[in-house]
Amino acid sequence: MAHRKSLNDAPERLPLSESRALAHQFDDSLQQRDAATFGFWIFLTTEIMFFGGLFAGYVVYRNIYTDAFAEASRHLDIFWGTVNTAVLLFSSLTMALAVQSAQLGKQMRLVALLASTFLLGSVFLVIKFSEYAEKFREHLVPGISFALSGPHAAHAQIFFVLYFVMTGLHALHMIVGLVLIAVLIVMALTDSFSPEYHTPVETIGLYWHFVDVVWVFLFPILYLVDRSS
Amino acid sequence: MTATTHPLPENYLNTAYGWRSWLLTTDHKRVALLYLISITLFFFLGGFFALLIRLELLTPAGDFVQAETYNKLFTMHGLIMIFFFLIPSIPSVLGNFLIPLMIGARDLAFPRVNLLSWYIYVIGGTFTLTAIVTGGVDTGWTFYTPYSSTYANSNVILTALGVFITGFSSILTGLNFIVTIHKMRAPGMVWFRLPLFVWAHYATSIIMILGTPVLAISIALIGIERIFHVGIFDPAIGGDPLLFQHLFWFYSHPAVYIMVLPAMGVVSELITCFSRKRIFGYSFIAFSSIAIAVLGFLVWGHHMFVSGQSPFAGVAFSMLSFLVAIPSGIKVFNWMATLYKGSISYDAPMLYALGFIGLFTIGGLTGLFLATLAVDVHMHDTYFVIAHFHYIMVGGAVMAYFGGIHFWWPKITGRLYPEGWARLAALVVFVGFNLTFFPQFLLGYLGMPRRYHAYPEEFQVWNVMSTAGASILGIGYLIPMIYLLWSLRYGRAAPSNPWDARGLEWQTASPPPTDNFETTPVVSNDPYDYGAPEKSERRAGEVAIV
Amino acid sequence: MTNGLPFLPDRASTVALHVDYLIGFLLAVTVILAGTIFVLILYFAIRYRRRRHSAVQIENNLSLEILWSVIPLGLTAVMFLWGAKLFMQNHQPPPNAESIYVVGKQWMWTIEHAEGRREIDQLHVPAGKPIRLILASQDVIHDFFIPAFRVKQDVVPGRYSTLWFEATKTGEFHLFCSQYCGTQHSAMIGKVIVMTPADFQVWLGGSRDESPAKAGAQLFQDFSCANCHEPGPRQRGPNLSGVFGKPVRLASGETAVFDEAYMHESIVAPGAKVVDGYRPIMPSFREQLTEDEIMDLIAYVRSLSSEGTKQ
Repeated sequence: MAHRKSLNDAPERLPLSESRALAHQFDDSLQQRDAATFGFWIFLTTEIMFFGGLFAGYVVYRNIYTDAFAEASRHLDIFWGTVNTAVLLFSSLTMALAVQSAQLGKQMRLVALLASTFLLGSVFLVIKFSEYAEKFREHLVPGISFALSGPHAAHAQIFFVLYFVMTGLHALHMIVGLVLIAVLIVMALTDSFSPEYHTPVETIGLYWHFVDVVWVFLFPILYLVDRSS
Repeated sequence: MTATTHPLPENYLNTAYGWRSWLLTTDHKRVALLYLISITLFFFLGGFFALLIRLELLTPAGDFVQAETYNKLFTMHGLIMIFFFLIPSIPSVLGNFLIPLMIGARDLAFPRVNLLSWYIYVIGGTFTLTAIVTGGVDTGWTFYTPYSSTYANSNVILTALGVFITGFSSILTGLNFIVTIHKMRAPGMVWFRLPLFVWAHYATSIIMILGTPVLAISIALIGIERIFHVGIFDPAIGGDPLLFQHLFWFYSHPAVYIMVLPAMGVVSELITCFSRKRIFGYSFIAFSSIAIAVLGFLVWGHHMFVSGQSPFAGVAFSMLSFLVAIPSGIKVFNWMATLYKGSISYDAPMLYALGFIGLFTIGGLTGLFLATLAVDVHMHDTYFVIAHFHYIMVGGAVMAYFGGIHFWWPKITGRLYPEGWARLAALVVFVGFNLTFFPQFLLGYLGMPRRYHAYPEEFQVWNVMSTAGASILGIGYLIPMIYLLWSLRYGRAAPSNPWDARGLEWQTASPPPTDNFETTPVVSNDPYDYGAPEKSERRAGEVAIV
Repeated sequence: MTNGLPFLPDRASTVALHVDYLIGFLLAVTVILAGTIFVLILYFAIRYRRRRHSAVQIENNLSLEILWSVIPLGLTAVMFLWGAKLFMQNHQPPPNAESIYVVGKQWMWTIEHAEGRREIDQLHVPAGKPIRLILASQDVIHDFFIPAFRVKQDVVPGRYSTLWFEATKTGEFHLFCSQYCGTQHSAMIGKVIVMTPADFQVWLGGSRDESPAKAGAQLFQDFSCANCHEPGPRQRGPNLSGVFGKPVRLASGETAVFDEAYMHESIVAPGAKVVDGYRPIMPSFREQLTEDEIMDLIAYVRSLSSEGTKQ
């Protein structure tokens, strides 16, 4: 319904965005939007498989080296991990609101919300990298500076390799997401979106939620392995 | 010699000239040709390595090249043939060219992504070629840890990077196909009017998007392990080398179906056209492709029966592997039933298709030996395995690729190739292939392990036979190279439908215009409408070739 | 060894014949099915050639589809069950099997008999007696393959693999590494020499090598293992006599069997499975001990248990 109403708000914009956006292989903008959204879901499936390989490796070793993983997990900073989870969840909210603003055609609100998402994402990365630096000082970076003593040292290394690869890959996705959001902000500022055409906001929104959901899985399996005991 | 005196109507080839119009094209047909050229280069490079391998194996002693060189040769032969030829061959060349034409679309859903996937392929290929030129790699295409991650002294990282990058090309192709098949079909082109070629590519694309990321992550982990000397497959810290094998085969077994499913799609098109028959059991062939794609993800452990995985896991994987045989069998039986009471002609593409059925049958049945646990214990990692998968990949996928290239050559280039030479080449390939690979079944049963640079003398006689066959096979592949190139300049102009086939792609000009169809076609019958009375007006003025 | 074209590999173990029967069955199915398809292709291609025949359209036949799904399913079920049964049978060594220790390293096999005779790239075994190989790798994955016995086993670093066979005829047979292991992979070959039990005893006696158990006892001394593992006031680790092959309770509450694999792990990664009642204080000996030496230590600890049962 909101869609309809806003269409009346800016009727003169319709032909412009239609012509700008419709590629020659499509019959109409509906088909184009459908294809883009569907394609993006397929892309997210490949992303799931990408992380899936790492999760599979994690499950195998967690089962073999339960104690080592529990011990290694206690070296992670649960406070900053929790803060980061909150930051990221909040950024998902601002992103969802941004998509809604695009649908409603509220440009300034869209820009503001995208900017806050960008900011929150950056805060996450700053915290994440300061955690990495902390691990480096504690000599918990396998292959570069690793000095853990105790009976589980070897197997704890596997945990930390997984920790760095998984959170590193996640951080890489965050960085890509931030670049994309920056592009969106520029596009929004140059009036590229309308209630009829805002597929990029929608798909990048999906991407951002996906990256968020990955973290929702990473946080418990890395930070909360054995906090109860 | 010249078929037309007046210039051809505008088509995708003559619409623009110059390198920019090719390197920046987003036309799926031009991207397909870019792929065709690059894939052909890799095919002959991989074939050259195969030739050197066969020359070394002519004598039992390792006297032609050094052991280190030999190991690099078979590694690079495998890497190039699998990742840079077989996996992209039919999908990226024929699939790219034909899927939009077959479903009545103007292009793929994401033309720029399509071009991007070619560039990614080229970049990945460049990395791998650089690795070859700067010393090569000797891990085997399987990259088994800890040899690849710790012990090998060759260019593992560069090669792995090349494979890693190329994987994304495959992912993007699969993604593009799936969206295109879902969203871009012409009016009236319902799912059950899709040519089986398209069904096969749909199944293939599922494997590409689900499997390839897992390969990418396992290869990335090898890179990390090599660079930082610590990693999750490293037995020195309690890591498990078998985990790598699980992750690797989770992709690389389904990858076999990436190679052979599109080939099956090609064969379905050829068999129907050259026997003038509607396909027998359309829905069974269509769904068997999907069944193969799904079951293909559940059988990876049959590569690890003797690796030390739990024997109970072995039993489960063995059972699932046998299940994959059923849909493959269904396809073969349905093709046979399609031939039954047909009106069969022996044009070159049909010779390749019939060759495919025979060789794929042998490849499939010998696969049952390897799925049988107690037998695999003996056959595993011997030449029996080599023979088996070459029957599937060369006897199957490459035969179909050549058949498809011949069948659609008039459509792609607008030229006819010399039929006599093409038939001859098909026969030479068939004979050479069998002479090369059949002796390897016996070598495997006798116990000759694969990847051996030197071997005991009693194996020599079969190896000599195999090398002789390989030289015939090589000639068989060179002949089409020559006459196909010749036809580009001297071949007769092709009519729009030289085979009197019924698929949508034959209802537009040869070569097709950039937007594929003058007007969006409306589809009202199935793609194998060979029973219908011939629509002579469609073929008015066209000369059918014999 | 063979004249003319070789078709059949030697058959020299108890399982070889059973495997060959199964291969024969598979071959028969293959020949019949592939033969039928070839004959049909040729027949159709000639009978229904374009010049003589115009097409008759037949499109679907559900009962045919079911038929050619169910018959192959039945055939493959037989293959699967037969293959799986034989595999499981061949997997379990008989309880009276003699153990021989094998270590693979780039690019040789070192073999150590319980009585102390050591050899490289050769494996002497008596005919008619079940032999169990305990295999370890010093570096990459290797594979121990004896074609004439139809047995093969990957040798994975960081774990013990086992393989058993009973040779049925005397002679020399190929031994191959069949998992690619680097530059000299194809030179990592050797011979299995099957002797009569009497000849084998003579051959064994011709050695002046130390038995693995004795070598292990020396290592036990050299690395001061006894400091912690022998009963006394300074004992900090579990006593090792009489425990081999028996279950042990772990600190985690689980139970493990004290076998070769357990002992190997406890030497290279002692923290992984600590015996109940002890603290995880033992350092890893991964850097100090080779795979051969670990096998010697295992043989020594194993001998402590067999003495225990004899007394």
